[in-house]
Amino acid sequence: MAHTASRKPPRVGDSPIFRRSLIGVVLILGALLIVAPLLVIGHEAFKQGWKVYIDTLSHPDTRHAIMLTVITALIAVPVNTAFGVAAAWAITKFDFRGKRLLLVVIEIPFSVSPIVAGVAYLFVYGLQGLFGPWLDDHDIKILFALPGIILASMFVTAPFVARELIPLMQAQGRDLEEAATSLGASGWRTFFSVTIPNVKWALLYGVVLCNARVMGEFGAVSVVSGNIRGQTNTLPLHIELLYHDYQAAGAFASASILALLAVFTIIAKVALERRGAGRRKTLSDAAAPTGP
Amino acid sequence: MRRNILPGLRLSLGITLFYVGLIVVLPLAALVVKAASLGPAEYWLIVSSSRALASYRVTALSALVATVFNLFFGLALAWVLTRYRFPGRRIVDAMVDLPFALPTAVAGISLTALFSSNGWFGSLLSEAGIKVAYTPIGIMIAMCFTSLPFIVRTVQPVLEDLDPALEEAAQSLGGSDWTIFRKVILPLLTPALLAGLSLSFARSLGEFGAIIFIAGNQPMSTEITALLIFIRLEEYDYQAAAAIASVLLLTAFAMLAVTNWLQARALRYTLKG
Repeated sequence: MAHTASRKPPRVGDSPIFRRSLIGVVLILGALLIVAPLLVIGHEAFKQGWKVYIDTLSHPDTRHAIMLTVITALIAVPVNTAFGVAAAWAITKFDFRGKRLLLVVIEIPFSVSPIVAGVAYLFVYGLQGLFGPWLDDHDIKILFALPGIILASMFVTAPFVARELIPLMQAQGRDLEEAATSLGASGWRTFFSVTIPNVKWALLYGVVLCNARVMGEFGAVSVVSGNIRGQTNTLPLHIELLYHDYQAAGAFASASILALLAVFTIIAKVALERRGAGRRKTLSDAAAPTGP
Repeated sequence: MRRNILPGLRLSLGITLFYVGLIVVLPLAALVVKAASLGPAEYWLIVSSSRALASYRVTALSALVATVFNLFFGLALAWVLTRYRFPGRRIVDAMVDLPFALPTAVAGISLTALFSSNGWFGSLLSEAGIKVAYTPIGIMIAMCFTSLPFIVRTVQPVLEDLDPALEEAAQSLGGSDWTIFRKVILPLLTPALLAGLSLSFARSLGEFGAIIFIAGNQPMSTEITALLIFIRLEEYDYQAAAAIASVLLLTAFAMLAVTNWLQARALRYTLKG
């Protein structure tokens, strides 16, 4: 620290009494509202001892739910990442009509209730939906099966990677890519050796957040999955099922895995923010016309 | 304009439009078409049924209370994190994101465990005669939890960029801390606060997972709109589900428009300043 606080005049709200009481109030409320919910998960999960905990996690239904969640993420996250990169490239490297509208549409899933998203998918792929009867005739199962779970997860996370990349790539401009291209590099070469190294931390940041949301999505997936135990139950749905089955310890044991994922996500987020990723700007900022 | 020599417009824009069309636009359009196929009289009958109206009321009122609480708590949290240095500040800063990182179903069962009558907080509160779990207060607490980070994260960057010279000028003119906060700092924070408020409110209106465990889910009193949609689906009443879902969707679009407008204003404001 180059300068000490004592040389500067006190700023607004710097009186010791006010400062201490405000920090105190905020810390107490934060402990009650944020930390306690995290602690209670561990407490409830181990309430009946290690054996119940291990038994729940090694139960075939739980293992299947974990598998299904991981498979969903392994498909949804890479596809979403490819989309986010493509969207960021198109939006930041080119000018075209309707760019603002496209940015708004990409952000829509943030504002839509997950339940509404699930219902919307029902009216596309369900029997009472657009393609439902045709899919049924051809014996293709999308709803109440893995494809539906993946599609619904893709909807809720559509903006995650794009909105990390777009503001950053907008700020970096096009000069480097233009230089590489005019020196004869191919488009892919330019992309992989110039663009990607400049945005790698932001990209990873988007991927980490996207993954956390895919693995934890509940509302949208619960509409499209059909909740078939041991078949279409992802981990969050499995938690609900155990909870309503009066197996609270089992529900919290399963929840502890997702809570651990949340903690790792936050640690990764902080680590990536130190590398400059995630300096929050809104997507709509990026729609502002590019500088000289 | 300069001629753009970069390749890949058709590929990248093609992928983008295809994905957005298939994943985002098509399902929402299908929902709107389904709801519109009902005819105005039938649509109105469903969306204005007494049970639906009760669900809008409890959802909107709880969201309002949660948002107002988060306005104060979020502002205080953002203030403490940017203006003060104390041990553990970085950890607190990181923990603010927990409600975003923790899956909603996990948040739902853990808040229920805390606030049910034999839980850590619930047992203390029930001695004072306050019931939280399975009442509207439970809905409000779940909403407070899931939407807290919005206000902190929209206000924080503005507080960090606040020019100390403005405060110093106000101090040299003899303003008290409270006057300076009200007349100088608060107006500068207002655009960000409003944007955070609308994000927080919109999120609360659509929240499902965190709420259904703690809410009690009694029709007419603790049944949120998102749950009513889910119940109509389970009853195979797809038309009612579509109609009520379209109400939530239109509300979400209205909130999105408000948020975009507020953020555009906030941006203009900061650029001017």
